[in-house]
Amino acid sequence: MASKTININLKIWRQKNANAKGSMETYKLDNVSTDSSFLEMLDQLNEQLINERQEPIAFDHDCREGICGMCSLFINGEAHGPDRAVTTCQLHMRKFKDGETIYVEPWRAKAFPVIKDLVVDRSAFDRIQQAGGFVSVNTSGRTMDANAIPIPKHDADKAFEAAACIGCGACVASCVNASAMLFVSAKVSQMALLPQGKVEAKERVLNMVRTMDEEGFGNCTNTGACAVECPKEISLDNIARMNREFLKAAVTSEA
Amino acid sequence: MSILDSKIPEGHISKKWTDYKDHLKLVAPNNRPKIDVIVVGTGLAGSSAAASLGEMGYNVKAFCFQDSPRRAHSIAAQGGINAAKNYQNDGDSIFRLFYDTIKGGDYRAREANVHRLAEVSGNIIDQCVAQGVPFAREYGGLLDNRSFGGTQVQRTFYAAGQTGQQLLLGAYSALSRQIGLGRVKMYNRHEMLDIVKVDGKARGIIARNLVTGEIERHSAHAVIIASGGYGNVYFLSTNAMGSNVTAAWKIHKQGALFANPCFVQIHPTCIPVHGTNQAKLTLMSESLRNSGRIWVPKKKEDAEAIRAGKLKPTAIAEDDRDYFLERRYPAFGNLVPRDVASRAAKERCDAGYGIEANDTNEGVYLDFSSEIKSKGKQSAFAAGNHNPSEEEIITLGKKWVESKYGNLFQMYEKITDENPYETPMKIYPAVHYTMGGVWVDYNLQSTIPGCFVAGEANFSDHGANRLGASALMQGLADGYFVLPYTVSDYLANEIRTGAIATDSPEFDAAEQRVNDQINKFLNNNGTKSVDYYHKKLGLIMWNKVGMGRNEQGLKEAIAEIAQLKEEFHQNVYVPGTANEMNPQLEKAMRVADFIELGQLMAIDALQRKESCGGHFREEYQDAEGETLRDDENFKFVGAWEYKGDDINNEELHKEALNYEFIKIAARNYK
Ligand SMILES: Cc1cc2nc3c(=O)[nH]c(=O)nc-3n(C[C@H](O)[C@H](O)[C@H](O)COP(=O)(O)OP(=O)(O)OC[C@H]3O[C@@H](n4cnc5c(N)ncnc54)[C@H](O)[C@@H]3O)c2cc1C
Ligand code: SF4
Ligand code: FES
Repeated sequence: MASKTININLKIWRQKNANAKGSMETYKLDNVSTDSSFLEMLDQLNEQLINERQEPIAFDHDCREGICGMCSLFINGEAHGPDRAVTTCQLHMRKFKDGETIYVEPWRAKAFPVIKDLVVDRSAFDRIQQAGGFVSVNTSGRTMDANAIPIPKHDADKAFEAAACIGCGACVASCVNASAMLFVSAKVSQMALLPQGKVEAKERVLNMVRTMDEEGFGNCTNTGACAVECPKEISLDNIARMNREFLKAAVTSEA
Repeated sequence: MSILDSKIPEGHISKKWTDYKDHLKLVAPNNRPKIDVIVVGTGLAGSSAAASLGEMGYNVKAFCFQDSPRRAHSIAAQGGINAAKNYQNDGDSIFRLFYDTIKGGDYRAREANVHRLAEVSGNIIDQCVAQGVPFAREYGGLLDNRSFGGTQVQRTFYAAGQTGQQLLLGAYSALSRQIGLGRVKMYNRHEMLDIVKVDGKARGIIARNLVTGEIERHSAHAVIIASGGYGNVYFLSTNAMGSNVTAAWKIHKQGALFANPCFVQIHPTCIPVHGTNQAKLTLMSESLRNSGRIWVPKKKEDAEAIRAGKLKPTAIAEDDRDYFLERRYPAFGNLVPRDVASRAAKERCDAGYGIEANDTNEGVYLDFSSEIKSKGKQSAFAAGNHNPSEEEIITLGKKWVESKYGNLFQMYEKITDENPYETPMKIYPAVHYTMGGVWVDYNLQSTIPGCFVAGEANFSDHGANRLGASALMQGLADGYFVLPYTVSDYLANEIRTGAIATDSPEFDAAEQRVNDQINKFLNNNGTKSVDYYHKKLGLIMWNKVGMGRNEQGLKEAIAEIAQLKEEFHQNVYVPGTANEMNPQLEKAMRVADFIELGQLMAIDALQRKESCGGHFREEYQDAEGETLRDDENFKFVGAWEYKGDDINNEELHKEALNYEFIKIAARNYK
């Protein structure tokens, strides 16, 4: 690993709390290793701020390997920054140039209010899951043998690809309408593709879509921005599948 | 008699759990809504417990410090989950899984607990499939398996390199269902900071709302701690940044014994350290050892040339490579257990054969070129091409590798900027998992009545070394299939208790402890950041309580940590206030607990004058550098009792381990 260091300027959104008015603040940070991740760079900045007795910047993160979905950040106008198929925690400073000015903002969406600085409230996603993102099976362990129902590998693989969604919210943040269609359709698709999920398919899609609307997410106008920025490359096919599931359910439930 | 009563039931090992379960007390459905249960943690152990208890009808409150229960550290598990299904027809059985786990743990785990784990393992897979967990499948539509270290069968179920994610999302969906039904109340962004005991029993917790800073009182008839492991005591580990010991440590301070703290797993295949600003280490799943071969150059001058950037690994001839695991352990080869593989890598690097150009030259290769060739050829044949060109073979081989490990290869490339399809991965051991934890009996109850501990937070199933793919199994076993029975048995005596008041002196006192600590930090006005101390602690731990330990180093560590504790409390600077989101304050409270735990780990390691599993005391090894266990003197669980602020005063209690059904032997993977 040929490691070198760069000096950068940062413009970062600071907001004391949900009710405060926020603004972009300017920071200068030197000697950033290009092998550092973006969040390690922010750690370095925070260490500098603490040593200068200024308040460090709050941002969400946990696993730092692109799987928990906790990190967010709108970097230079893109959710999870300029690299493709990565989360912010997997974005590395080698993607930036010496002397560059980097803009860092929180997710912006009505359904994701800012809590502090770069931290937003994504609990709306949890409530959508609670409305139907499950199979109603008890946890007794005495269901049926796991191999009782063979599932074609193709379907299982497709279900897995949809299930890879990490619930980060980048799709919402990237969408001009702040729509949550990609996120919701990923869960609906996973279940729709598996025999275990088919039984409740109708209620699931209706309940999840209703909750999505109630939570204040916008409508989908098929711009496709969500799939471009999605760190897990969740496919737009899922949205098409969910629309079919929804229509099917809406038609039959009116009957 | 010792205060440790393991409550292991009588009877034959294969009957113990069934018989015991049949005789446990029950709580009738109409009584359950009158009973409150708190679950701290929503990883595999916590989510599954909360979902199950909610489903049974108890009033459940669940807590996690992340912004959603789905983000618990379990989400990051990569490789897989074991179960004795014997779908591959390779001779697997409950007994074999039990045996492998006990042997893998170097005969330092309890037989009865481990057998129960093996017994319920099959149900876990059934349960997960029923919930819609998309495990990998074969073309016939049935579930696929792979091998993990320390076994000679294929019993590991997986979902690409994201098994933990899929399992946790399964448990999260069960939990979400109960939340939606109003049977579980979820407290996201909340941190438990103390336990409340009334008349000696666990009766509630004090939690801090991490958004508003408010200190809250929550009461219950039983408290379940499923807060995960303490690997972050080393600062650098594969654990998530927020993983911490606070919940476990706070109950320890209130009377729960802490068992085998020195048993830590150092995982052989992680991406080597790159620099001083590094915040965490990244695991490359053990499943890669199914396909990758581990080596260093045979010649020192080659290793030097590689480090100097003058030689590429791909240019080193087959004969000049030392596949040291295959050489030393022909029977298990690259699939020896983790502790064995880690020490072997360290041995080569200490001897000067390391290939990474960092401060310590610590790194070895994990090479996929052989597998790419052999799988490429297989794929060509399977597609009817019986005379494939070299190029076709390589292309198909890479495709095969991508289908199995794609996300791991991508992760590696993003971090290192090197393409592992073309050049071998560089890897080195890193702290990964903690076998030690809160002492629990067969019911998973700690020495505080009514306080149960599940998942990585307890000590119970993995002895001195955990086998790969067994932590996920344990988390779900504890939550879905053990706690619902044992907690109900305990709660059967609580149906007449009524709601627990939160305005008692006991709640006052616990809240006071929390407020005192918070105020102390915020008014400390020191000069150094929390991370400054955490990194210092990590360095002491890694160098002196890490992969190799000796008497002198441990004694030094104990003294240095005691000193560090003093400095930390005198001189740490915590910015911000109590009544707001304050990540530095959260961290300060966690690091305070890590420091105390670190000292206890060193004390425990000093006490254990033997080598076993991940605990390698350099004084106790055989001529070939293998661990030398001392069954005569150390065949026990070492459980520590808190005795006040000076950790040196903790008192050791011993739970003797009896092996009735397995013949205890030297661990041999040769
Ligand atoms: C990178 C990686 C890969 C792994 N791969 C595998 C694998 O392939 N197979 C395998 O079997 N094992 C694997 N493991 C190990 C396994 O993932 C963990 O041991 C297991 O997931 C732990 O689950 P848990 O439920 O005990 O705790 P966790 O999943 O760590 O959950 C802890 C929970 O407790 C909460 N919490 C903690 N403290 C508090 C507090 N004070 N207040 C409130 N909430 C709190 C957290 O918010 C979280 O919800 C891996 C581990 C790592 C690090
Ligand atoms: S669909 Fe993609 S962008 Fe949206 S929440 Fe899931 S992983 Fe994130
Ligand atoms: S911190 Fe977990 S996905 Fe980035």
